[in-house]
Amino acid sequence: MASASTPAPASRVPGRRWKLERVQHPTVLAQAVVTVASVLLGLVLGGVIMIAAGENPIEVYKAMYTGAFSGEYNLSETLVKMIPLLLTGLGVSIAFRMQLWNIGAEGQFYFGAIFATGVAIFWLPNAGPWVVIPAMMVAGMVGGALWAAIPGALRGYLGVNETITTLMMNYIAILVAEYLVHGPWRDPMGYGFPGTESFSDATYLPTWGTTRVHLGLVFGLIAAVVLAIVFRRTRWGYEIGVTGASERVAKYAGMRTARNIVLVLAFSGALAGLAGMAEVAGINHSLQRGLSPGYGYTAIIVAWLGRLNPFGIVIVSFLLAGLLVGGDQLQITLGLPSAIAPMLQGVILFCLLAGDFFTRYRIARVKPVVPAAPAAEVAA
Amino acid sequence: MSEVLTLGFITSVLAAAVASGAALLYAALGETLAERSGVLNLGVEGMMLMGALAGFMTCTWSGSAWIGILGAIVAGSAMALIHAVLTVSFQANQVVSGLALTLFGQGLSAYLGTSYVGKAPPDAFTKIAIPVLSDIPRLGTILFRQDALVYLGYVTVPVIWWFVYRTRPGLKLRAVGENPATADAMGIDVARMRYVYVVIGGAFAGIGGAVISLATNPGWSENMTAGRGWIAVALVIFGMWNPARVAAGALLFGAVEAAQFRLQGVNVPVSSFFLNMLPYVFTIVVLVFATQQSRAQRLGSPAALGKPYVREER
Repeated sequence: MASASTPAPASRVPGRRWKLERVQHPTVLAQAVVTVASVLLGLVLGGVIMIAAGENPIEVYKAMYTGAFSGEYNLSETLVKMIPLLLTGLGVSIAFRMQLWNIGAEGQFYFGAIFATGVAIFWLPNAGPWVVIPAMMVAGMVGGALWAAIPGALRGYLGVNETITTLMMNYIAILVAEYLVHGPWRDPMGYGFPGTESFSDATYLPTWGTTRVHLGLVFGLIAAVVLAIVFRRTRWGYEIGVTGASERVAKYAGMRTARNIVLVLAFSGALAGLAGMAEVAGINHSLQRGLSPGYGYTAIIVAWLGRLNPFGIVIVSFLLAGLLVGGDQLQITLGLPSAIAPMLQGVILFCLLAGDFFTRYRIARVKPVVPAAPAAEVAA
Repeated sequence: MSEVLTLGFITSVLAAAVASGAALLYAALGETLAERSGVLNLGVEGMMLMGALAGFMTCTWSGSAWIGILGAIVAGSAMALIHAVLTVSFQANQVVSGLALTLFGQGLSAYLGTSYVGKAPPDAFTKIAIPVLSDIPRLGTILFRQDALVYLGYVTVPVIWWFVYRTRPGLKLRAVGENPATADAMGIDVARMRYVYVVIGGAFAGIGGAVISLATNPGWSENMTAGRGWIAVALVIFGMWNPARVAAGALLFGAVEAAQFRLQGVNVPVSSFFLNMLPYVFTIVVLVFATQQSRAQRLGSPAALGKPYVREER
């Protein structure tokens, strides 16, 4: 935050020869440049924090990079972590476009996993893969959608702040999952270890070669393409954008905003639920404690760094997955806490938020005499 | 079940409610001030965690819990300053900036706190019985056998209420949150006011965190605030931005938290997982009712809450 002294545009000093000018439509190039610069600045500032904590940041970053991206195994593990980040990131981005602050992807992820587990163990324990996998996908999406639709309905019809309710639902969902794996769903043969029994082989998502990279990656990439089309080409995608820009305008235009709020949150939750399903069907093959190390929260950063653009989110989810895998590797190679990764995510997001200012404003020279200035203000 | 309904049990729950409500009280009062100035700060959870850790660390170094509180104030303020810079100077989205602050605080406190996990602080706030008052039956046990931070809270609530509603700086604070353009025209420096109250809010959140790490659960563990920062944000809505109502809400949530722990102790036939859900379920329920009430009474949030103020764009 070295540039904290940058004056706000509100405090225009008389006689200054430069002023900040509002840019109406930031270009994609400007956004990309600012994003990359913010990430780099974030890594530098994160390094400063590490120096303050007595670490050598260059060594830390080298270890993280090696741990995340070098060699087939490390790279494949990064892709494995990219799957939940991509799906949950896409999910929250739908809601964010409508200015709905769904920070409940973590709980929606868990509910998707719970519903999918129910199908795999209790409903279709003996079905073949072509039956059970689609059934689990639907169940996972329904689970996530229902969990998000509750705060959605409260917001749409009763005006209850969705930021807090979606977050509270996270804590509740995690406790529901813990209750199930400690209680009624606990594996009777599990020696008292909390967790359900393993799913049948038919539920296993196909993997790529010998790696753990599973079909969930394809779900994520398809979801990104579908969302890009929905946002650009459909009436509903347009309504989301309008409602996000101004709920009142949307109402005057005759859009059913309350219904759209519930639907958007439900879709947002469905993708997070699908992520939960993919995690249990692709990786864990059972429901266990600590299924997610906070994917639903990282999703917020993924969505914002990706500029709520589906393809941006694909790239960012890969990079942030690398950050997570690299962070885990730190524990193994350097004996450092893996919490360095979320700390860095926070710093990077700060830098991006500050950097966005420079996509919205440009520095312009103030002409000596400007009698026509009021006209420009009217236009703005 | 019969042991739940004794007067002694209820008294002990209420006493615990006051003690555990203190953390929420400080955090929610701080957030009330920040939101009154028009800045929504969803980073309370992160600021509380940093306050809890910094309080514990400075207490460990200095040997004094009071110096620990100073450390917590510094940490909470520093965190809030980041939010102020981003939202006031850089006009960043307040929701996203607050979320970033929470994620950053969670990560940084977990990173810096690894070597402190499981250690006991050399000093902590212990219960002090106030002479005479603590001998009042029931009430004395509930209110006057508490630690110093709780007593400080008793004083802080009326002082902040008086400040917000009865003083000139308090009037300016409300003006900035309701109508920054008018406040600006009156000669109030909107940006400076927002910086000041966001940072004060962070200081309070820091104290709230230290209440946990130095009084109610002396020690440090990762994510030890367990969502209390978010409950504090909900309390501000519940309290309709009025410090007195916010304080009542903090007590109510303290009671839910206390009841949850006490019920676990007396073998209620409900799974502990469901008891642990109580504060979160209760937050949602309370928020629904508070929203209906504030709509009915037209007592909404500060009108400019969440919006950056840009003089040129009025």
